[in-house]
Amino acid sequence: MIDLPGSYSLYPRRMDEEVSYKVVLNQDEAIKADVIIAVADASSLKRNLLFCTQIIDLKRPMVIALTMIDLARKKGIHVNTKELERELGVPIVAVNPRKNKGIDHLKKAIELISGPLYKPAVRNFIDVKALAPQAIDTVKNTVPGISDYEAVHYLIKHETFNLPYQVQQKIEQAEIDNNFNHTKTQAEEILQRYNRIGQIMNQAVSFPDPNKRSIITERLDNIFLHRFWGYITLLLVLFLLFQSIFLFASYPMDWIEWGTAAFSGWLSEALPNNYFTDLLINGVIAGLGGIIIFIPQIMILFGLITLLEDTGYMARISFLTDRIMRSVGLNGKSVMPMISGFACAVPAIMSTRNIENKKERLLTILITPLMSCSARLPVFIILIGLVIPNNYLLGFINIQGLVMMGLYMLGLVFALIVSYVAKWFIHIKEKSFFILELPMYRAPRWKNALHTMAEKVKIFVVEAGKIILMISLALWALSSFGPKKRMAEAHNTYMTELSKPNADTTLVEEQYAAAKLENSFAGIMGKAIEPSIRPLGYDWKIGIALITSFAAREVFVGTMATLYSVQDDGKENVALREKMRAATFSDGTKIFTLATGISLMIFYVFAMQCLSTLVIVKRETGTWKWPIIQVIYMTGLAYALGLLTYQLLK
Amino acid sequence: MLSFAFMEKKQEMLLSELLPGQKATIVRFTTEDIFLKLMEMGCLPGEDIEIVKIAPLKDPVSVSVAGYVLSLRLDEAKHIVVSINH
Repeated sequence: MIDLPGSYSLYPRRMDEEVSYKVVLNQDEAIKADVIIAVADASSLKRNLLFCTQIIDLKRPMVIALTMIDLARKKGIHVNTKELERELGVPIVAVNPRKNKGIDHLKKAIELISGPLYKPAVRNFIDVKALAPQAIDTVKNTVPGISDYEAVHYLIKHETFNLPYQVQQKIEQAEIDNNFNHTKTQAEEILQRYNRIGQIMNQAVSFPDPNKRSIITERLDNIFLHRFWGYITLLLVLFLLFQSIFLFASYPMDWIEWGTAAFSGWLSEALPNNYFTDLLINGVIAGLGGIIIFIPQIMILFGLITLLEDTGYMARISFLTDRIMRSVGLNGKSVMPMISGFACAVPAIMSTRNIENKKERLLTILITPLMSCSARLPVFIILIGLVIPNNYLLGFINIQGLVMMGLYMLGLVFALIVSYVAKWFIHIKEKSFFILELPMYRAPRWKNALHTMAEKVKIFVVEAGKIILMISLALWALSSFGPKKRMAEAHNTYMTELSKPNADTTLVEEQYAAAKLENSFAGIMGKAIEPSIRPLGYDWKIGIALITSFAAREVFVGTMATLYSVQDDGKENVALREKMRAATFSDGTKIFTLATGISLMIFYVFAMQCLSTLVIVKRETGTWKWPIIQVIYMTGLAYALGLLTYQLLK
Repeated sequence: MLSFAFMEKKQEMLLSELLPGQKATIVRFTTEDIFLKLMEMGCLPGEDIEIVKIAPLKDPVSVSVAGYVLSLRLDEAKHIVVSINH
């Protein structure tokens, strides 16, 4: 049983609709449906029947599950299921999943239609053939065994189907020969369907005035869409959303970190000290830990998004913000991903799927990583503590807090600027629509939220996990291996130091770890880029940290700790801060001045230092082109603005 | 006969010009781009339509049509020709 994304009609517009479309049209390689269960909402039956009758005309075994009968009855809508069944020619079962009603009937109906004796009705719901008689015949001759209505879809959507070249050519020719007009055919089809649906509804359904609207919804909208209170509520909801991802996720994330660390610790005790152990602990387990650390944020974000969608508030967010977002090339649906990006860009980018317009979706994906995510926080915390005095402005505004807020704002402002600029460079010919339903408010379905949460985690772990793990391993190799001679030298120094009488073993161990990293390939690269980052105020140690934190920003802190030979104690990092504060360039000047510190923070606001985001962008856009563009433009911005800051402040 | 003549001369205007609360009927669409999407959602010629709310920044607007409420940009509402119901 596969749950497919919902749709208004069989003509897909959004990416998730495309998925359903391929399966229903038998064009999905992986999923072959035996039976289609169309779930129709009885409280807005007319619209739901459009989609249902389209599937009916595909002539595949199907059953209609009618939900929301209770709600419909409350609205004064009464459905005569038997009558409807006779008119549509497919089984219709009334179900109520919340109360577990009708499920047995549904199972029986599925058994019946999947049996060998079942044949879908011959007659079409509307006169499909009349839409384009010759063209349909040609297609049916080219692709044997398909229904009239399937043929119409071959004519309209064949470019997206995986068909042999000759078949594509023949369909193309049939279109030209018969002057086949996509829009006109679709419009004609929809008109005819609604015509017939209207007739059937008159017989099988009794309903009150269709324009009578829900009083509760109207009252709520008077507040939620109010010119003042509407925005106050919106800010409150977004603030709560951001806080809950940030706060609630921090506990499970701490546990995961703690668990990974404990497991690694145990393994390093239990296993012999060699490269395989190191590979297992610092490569594989660290890589896996880096993947599962995202799970809490993904689950919480998608749980909350589903609840907001379910209750109907999500559409109101878009309604309130569309005008503002449009001015920079985005639309009202971009708000959610952008706010979520403050917590984590990975689930944020996964949630852009409901943006119909391709260009607006792409722009949203491109700018979301500019929102300061939680992985930047450890970097900001250590640097702010290092260079910004812990003083109060006017007696109550903490300057450190102010700088932190400034960094967040900087990311947000540049996200809007980048979108405004990029919209002139991205040429996707598609008119921007913003037709969206403002549904009635209703209680959320918790099961639905749980289902989405699990689904999204699965997608991330299964599809992005592999690539993330591979690149993590590559980065591990870069920072563990180095030229033989240099590594041997580091080892010799370590042995001599260790053999000295009253040697401080811990200190020597830490110094050896630093020396190993320094002489590894990553270390050599860090040193090699020093001339190019020197104008930003960075030394080679920062250079190494920039390279190792390419996969994940928070690695910066760990690398600095290793390089300065101190334990990364996770929270305060007092020892590391002391050492960094004392660090000097070879000419004796301090490294971490205000200029360097701020320059480095600004670098981290902009730099695309997150492997998981790149992999998820690749998955969502289907090509490596966009992640590569992101790396280039974000690193470019980071470098240019870091340079500017340092040169102005030094 | 008189009343029929009167009805045929009903005043046509664009949905974007309609005031909130004014009731109207969809007559036709002036562009091909959006009318498919609108029609799929039940927004057909002959359906009653009414502007429910205007967003605080004057755009988009929410309309009640075919038993539910849709949000439309003014740019889109400009392409829907309606006649006022009296």
